[in-house]
Amino acid sequence: MGQDLARPASRARPVPLTHNMKPLNLPLNLQVNGIGVAVPSDARVLDALRKTGFDVPTLCYDERVGPKGTCRMCLVEVTVGGKTQTVASCTSFAAEGSKVETHTEALKDYRRTLLEMLLSETSAPKRFPDDDPTAHSEFYRAVREYDAKPDALPLLERRKPAPDPNPFIQRDYDLCIACYRCTNICNEWEEAGAITVSGRGQDSQIFSFFGNNLLDSPCTFCGQCINTCPTGALTDRKLAGVDPFKTERTRTICPYCGVGCGINLITQDGELAGTQPDFDAPSRGSLCVKGQFASWEFVKSEERLKYPLIRKDGVLQRASWDEALDLVAGKFKQIIEEDGPDSIVCWASARVVTEANYLLQKFARAAIGTNNIDNCSRT
Amino acid sequence: MTNSIEELADSNLIIVTGSNTTEAHPVIALRMKRAVRKGAKLIVIDPRKIELTKWADRFVQIKIGTDIPFYNAVANVIINEKLYDEQYVNSRTEGFAEFARHVQHYPPEYAAEVCGVPVEDVYYVAREYAKASPGAAICYTLGITEHSCGSHNVQSLGNLGMLGGNFGAYAGGVNPLRGQNNVQGAGDSGAIPTDLPGYQKLERPGVREKFEAAWGVPLPKRRGITKITAMDQMIKGNVRGVFIMGENTVISDPHANHAEHALKSTEFMVVQDIFLTDTARLADVVLPAAAFAESDGTFANSERRVQRVRAAVKPPGEARQDVDILLDLFGRMGLPQSATTAAEVWDEFRQLAPILAGITYKRLDEGQGIQWPCPDEDHPGTPYLHRDDMDSGMPGFFAPVDHIPPAEEADDEYPIVLTTGRRRSTYHTGTQTGRASGFELLMPHEMCEINPIDAAEMGFEDGDTLVVSSRRGSVTVAAKVTDRSPRGAVFMSFAFPELTRTNDVTSDAYDFITETPEFKACAVKIEKAAEQNLHWKSAQARVRLAGEVVMPTKLKRDAAVAPAGD
Ligand code: SF4
Ligand code: SF4
Ligand code: FES
Repeated sequence: MGQDLARPASRARPVPLTHNMKPLNLPLNLQVNGIGVAVPSDARVLDALRKTGFDVPTLCYDERVGPKGTCRMCLVEVTVGGKTQTVASCTSFAAEGSKVETHTEALKDYRRTLLEMLLSETSAPKRFPDDDPTAHSEFYRAVREYDAKPDALPLLERRKPAPDPNPFIQRDYDLCIACYRCTNICNEWEEAGAITVSGRGQDSQIFSFFGNNLLDSPCTFCGQCINTCPTGALTDRKLAGVDPFKTERTRTICPYCGVGCGINLITQDGELAGTQPDFDAPSRGSLCVKGQFASWEFVKSEERLKYPLIRKDGVLQRASWDEALDLVAGKFKQIIEEDGPDSIVCWASARVVTEANYLLQKFARAAIGTNNIDNCSRT
Repeated sequence: MTNSIEELADSNLIIVTGSNTTEAHPVIALRMKRAVRKGAKLIVIDPRKIELTKWADRFVQIKIGTDIPFYNAVANVIINEKLYDEQYVNSRTEGFAEFARHVQHYPPEYAAEVCGVPVEDVYYVAREYAKASPGAAICYTLGITEHSCGSHNVQSLGNLGMLGGNFGAYAGGVNPLRGQNNVQGAGDSGAIPTDLPGYQKLERPGVREKFEAAWGVPLPKRRGITKITAMDQMIKGNVRGVFIMGENTVISDPHANHAEHALKSTEFMVVQDIFLTDTARLADVVLPAAAFAESDGTFANSERRVQRVRAAVKPPGEARQDVDILLDLFGRMGLPQSATTAAEVWDEFRQLAPILAGITYKRLDEGQGIQWPCPDEDHPGTPYLHRDDMDSGMPGFFAPVDHIPPAEEADDEYPIVLTTGRRRSTYHTGTQTGRASGFELLMPHEMCEINPIDAAEMGFEDGDTLVVSSRRGSVTVAAKVTDRSPRGAVFMSFAFPELTRTNDVTSDAYDFITETPEFKACAVKIEKAAEQNLHWKSAQARVRLAGEVVMPTKLKRDAAVAPAGD
């Protein structure tokens, strides 16, 4: 629950273009709350205001699938050519010379009312009155920022939690506010078509075919629906029991394939507790089932090697580092002496850091004296 | 990759060949799907009906090991119909005239027959590729390289890239997608028998001398031997010592019995790894290393992007980071190193490797990684290669390559072709995914994917225990009946070595230039095992292979309910 572990406020920024990618468009100049800013000509109003350091809640927006304009939380006032209009900043393009207001009293009231309507659709505040486990999620951050009251409107009866025993994704639709970011990312980005919306308005429900069991659906368990969900309705079962207030995150790279997606390793009390995507990496917060759900448990396995081993009387036995490394150095020196350096080979690895590979090839060439160095994959 | 992952979303056309992208590189596949949404054409050329075919405009189902005739015939059409980029070919390539003559031996009709595809497919690929170029990308992986003619396969794709003027074009290029997280970095670092760090050829004048000056020792002149050669030499008794870092050779190498025999023939074997793998079990000394989550350093991804890896936790027990272990060992060999951390090792490395010279940890920490070449600290990195010239300053050479059938073809005794590869929810030898909870539901054990018609003819049902044997060995495995496999060919991964050591069966042939093993084709025979594993049958009843939707029995009647998005 409540796994939005101190997610950085900037969700998923587009990758900046560098010099020899497509040419940048000529910039447009506009003002946001009185502050001037220049943005590329294909920028949206939302890009301009974020660039200026302001922010508005964007509950239906995921940069990867693009703006949907459905939640209306991002509404701002734009004045251009003497005309003032209220527009959704996620969908509207920035206009030269326009003035943008993001936090007028009217807009703040409007957002509060929208948030109170959304709150009436979820029983979360009732279920977790004192300790809000969804404290960090985008939706509840907005609720706090705009001081929306959970009991402003009568609670609506809806959305029975759908039992789904899959081992990866906890789906608690009681917390859902029907922003459809999950179905959008699933259908338009992952294109798995595993989850969909049925019904309309208050009766709408998110479900998957085949008895709502994701294991039977075309779900790839990419986990992207979890990571885009702004409420905590979809969560990573492997992070259940992790206290979001006691965790640390380390930016690093997925240990599997050559895509090299950015991940954040979540640790609690110096122990690995899970993974979340790194939205600031070129992979833009996307992962696959391996990066999302298999990137850390093996590290904690009891079967990890913990001590050097030396074969004595035919069996591998525990040894000290000094014994082990002296044996390696001594034996290599002896072989070099007797048969020359080319009777030793070293194999590096596509799984370890480049620095270690560099050292191993240097070891082969400079310390042993052979070019017999190779690595495991010839892709 | 010549180009960047993100660029693929902007390609006009993408040819994916020998790459099961949605399973092996799922997050690259996202950009391909996006390109299709934006109107790009997608052509999948593969023997297997992989998941990506769902998004393809055309699926060309070629026979295993017939890539060269196909691409030569495509070049034939492009040249004969004058669809190639003449200016590019004249100014930036050499050998065109000879190549043009060469491909006359590969008329579309001939290729169609050899490859088992409609002749129209050859014309379609040629015309669409030419029309979309420049800005048409070719992506491939092991399905192209893991053949005895793998390097020629790659050249046949390179020829097309040049005809279309796609080298140096945004969203174009010819892009190998790297299999493992740091294949690129391992090559960059100089862990290859022919190159010093940063792809500086051993024989190039001045190169060895530069490293001798930097490292303060004389360096060997003679090229080293590759892994495959080394294993033969071990058996002959010419290799006495071996140091293996982070690799489970016994499981991952083709013809595993041979690999095991070779390693056992050495006198002194050292393995540095995180688990006591089947390879480590054979060692004389085992050194416990830190896993990625306990290590500092860098990985370089498929698009040549160097990214920082950071330790989140401490290694267990007395295990140490690979870098520390090696630095310690240097001292004991009488060559103490001044570097003490990964950061210092990186600095030494980049100063010796011009393509990486401008990449510093500081820049990596501040940004999103940097793509080499990056010659100085003000250089932003290079999203796509060959922009202004072929990077070496040399023109591209057309390679007139010829069809070479796989070293082993199906015959009366071994009538089926086995091809191997990866699946989305398992990885490599399974040492990592095999330890993640829940994954046993996605893929509980190894499965041999077999075409429904073949299965019916041979009398196999889904979940039957089969014995798959080749001339080198045999394994037991569960049958998975699926039309992902073409007739006459079956598919397996090697992620469940405890019960199914797939590489006991695979071929020991390898590419004669790069020595990449021929994992993609060997001849096998398949029989029903005398002893049936009933657990397999029940465990896989609900397993969906990528791209397949299994109808739960109670829903089968109502098959009209299609999943959304389909
Ligand atoms: S995990 Fe991925 S495929 Fe599955 S429902 Fe979520 S977004 Fe869709
Ligand atoms: S998350 Fe998946 S696609 Fe990304 S690097 Fe890891 S294995 Fe590759
Ligand atoms: S974020 Fe703009 S309408 Fe939802």
